[in-house]
Amino acid sequence: MNTDKVTRIVLISVSVLILIVAGGMVFALVGGAIPSFSHFGLGFITSATWDPTEGKESYGALPFIAGTLITSLAALVISLPLSFSTALFLGEYFRKSRASKIIGMMVDLLAGIPSIVYGLWGFYVLRPFLVDMGFENQGFGVFTASLILAIMIIPYATSLSNEIIMMVPNDLKEAAYSLGATRLEVITHVTIPAARSGIIAGYILSFGRALGETMAVTMLIGNANIVPTSFTSTGNTMASVIANQFGEADGLKLSSLIAIGLLLFLITGIVNAIGKLIIKKMA
Amino acid sequence: MNALNETDNTRSRILKDKIVLGIVIFFSLLTISPIVLIIGKLIAKGYKQLSFGFIVENTPSTFEAMTAISNHETIPGGIANGLVGTLLMVAMAAAIAIPVGIIAGIYLYETPGKFLPNLIRNVSDILQGVPSIVLGLISYMWVVKHVTNGFSALAGSVSLAIMMLPMIVRSTEETFKMIPQSLKEAALALGVPYYKVILKVMIPTGFSGLLTGILLAIGRVMGETAPLMLTALGSSVINLNIAKPTSAVPLLIWEFYNDPNMVDLIWSSSLLLMIIVLSLNVISKQIAAGRK
Repeated sequence: MNTDKVTRIVLISVSVLILIVAGGMVFALVGGAIPSFSHFGLGFITSATWDPTEGKESYGALPFIAGTLITSLAALVISLPLSFSTALFLGEYFRKSRASKIIGMMVDLLAGIPSIVYGLWGFYVLRPFLVDMGFENQGFGVFTASLILAIMIIPYATSLSNEIIMMVPNDLKEAAYSLGATRLEVITHVTIPAARSGIIAGYILSFGRALGETMAVTMLIGNANIVPTSFTSTGNTMASVIANQFGEADGLKLSSLIAIGLLLFLITGIVNAIGKLIIKKMA
Repeated sequence: MNALNETDNTRSRILKDKIVLGIVIFFSLLTISPIVLIIGKLIAKGYKQLSFGFIVENTPSTFEAMTAISNHETIPGGIANGLVGTLLMVAMAAAIAIPVGIIAGIYLYETPGKFLPNLIRNVSDILQGVPSIVLGLISYMWVVKHVTNGFSALAGSVSLAIMMLPMIVRSTEETFKMIPQSLKEAALALGVPYYKVILKVMIPTGFSGLLTGILLAIGRVMGETAPLMLTALGSSVINLNIAKPTSAVPLLIWEFYNDPNMVDLIWSSSLLLMIIVLSLNVISKQIAAGRK
């Protein structure tokens, strides 16, 4: 009886560590961001200047917020047809076949590739390819970064939608087949409507992943502290500006980078919470 | 019936069905093409440099690399400092995250539907979504600034540990959910104390599941670069002092990428990193498949 109580106390106190860690994270980020926010106020979020010149330092996060949202949204749009097709391949057309086993394994491997290797491949293979195709002059910029991000989130989007598609009850599909529906009609009239909110949640979570990707984007976006104006424009994301500028940062600049980290933390937190909420409602 | 089948309507429906199938197959093949291209490129460009010396020697200086290039020799040295650093930091991160993660996972499994466990589960889910670079910032503020007063292996491990923790919590809870309740109840009915039920019944039964989760988490953090840039910084020699800057394989790749003299080393280093990470992935998938 007594040992059971001790066990419970151990379980609870170790688990509460997670809450303490999370609290400590927020505390550290907010604490580090205070100098920047008290200096620039809310203007930090709306200002587009990033000027480290001593004496007239001015830091604003708008270019990076814009860069992050634009690249992640573009990556989501690019990855959508690819990941959705693959999910249908795995979960509907070739379900439980050898082909789907092999493709599924390769998609899993894609998820295992480190971000920096994606970056190298993007820099040495994808970028020259885009230049040859005449897309861009230098190959750096929002489009190249979005493309590599899209490849990186495809495995997540695929496995999340695949899971949901597999959950659609067979009776529903069989009923449609018995009425003479083609496979495509079953997909559009039965599978997709039944799985819709789960699939949407999967894409929201993939979007959340894209928001925080650092290395590959840093290597391909061109690292310009401006609000991107077109797909060929260079830019910076919140994650890439931290990676780029952290090395030489101190004082107000360091605080501003931490403030960007805090904003990134909040944005990804909200996006993930929405995704998880939708999934929870479904279950 | 025959006449009905051959109406234009049916034919166009079947045609549409076939076209979409073609598109699905095409896009699926397109989706997996990067993995083939990436691994192919790494092998083609990286295998020449891979040797025993590459694993046991430290990184060359820029000057050594430059001399070798101008003499048309292969660049000397290897990435031992990175390999040791990666092992050190990942081992420390695992030592922090595995016990905490498994205990928290057990707690969440044991007390479903209550307020505190729900809160912990949601917070853990949110932690899982935090970008790795933000974890680097946090470990910088906690450890680099206040504990080791400088960039250090410990700071790197802390950022990796926060990254592993929610993955292990999640996989532990999922694993235990799959263990039949009757096993646990049988042990409890015999009057076995609760901690022994956990240690002698649940953990052994779910061992392969726990191992899968752990290996996947290790594979994930092993390739991380961004948090280590802000915490471990890097070092050109092997360092085992956890309070000093330390290198890691991904950090070295980043350094090579930025140094025109060393750039030839990126492929072999990436190849080695990929071999390690992907083997961990494949092994854990095999274990998981064996369970089913």
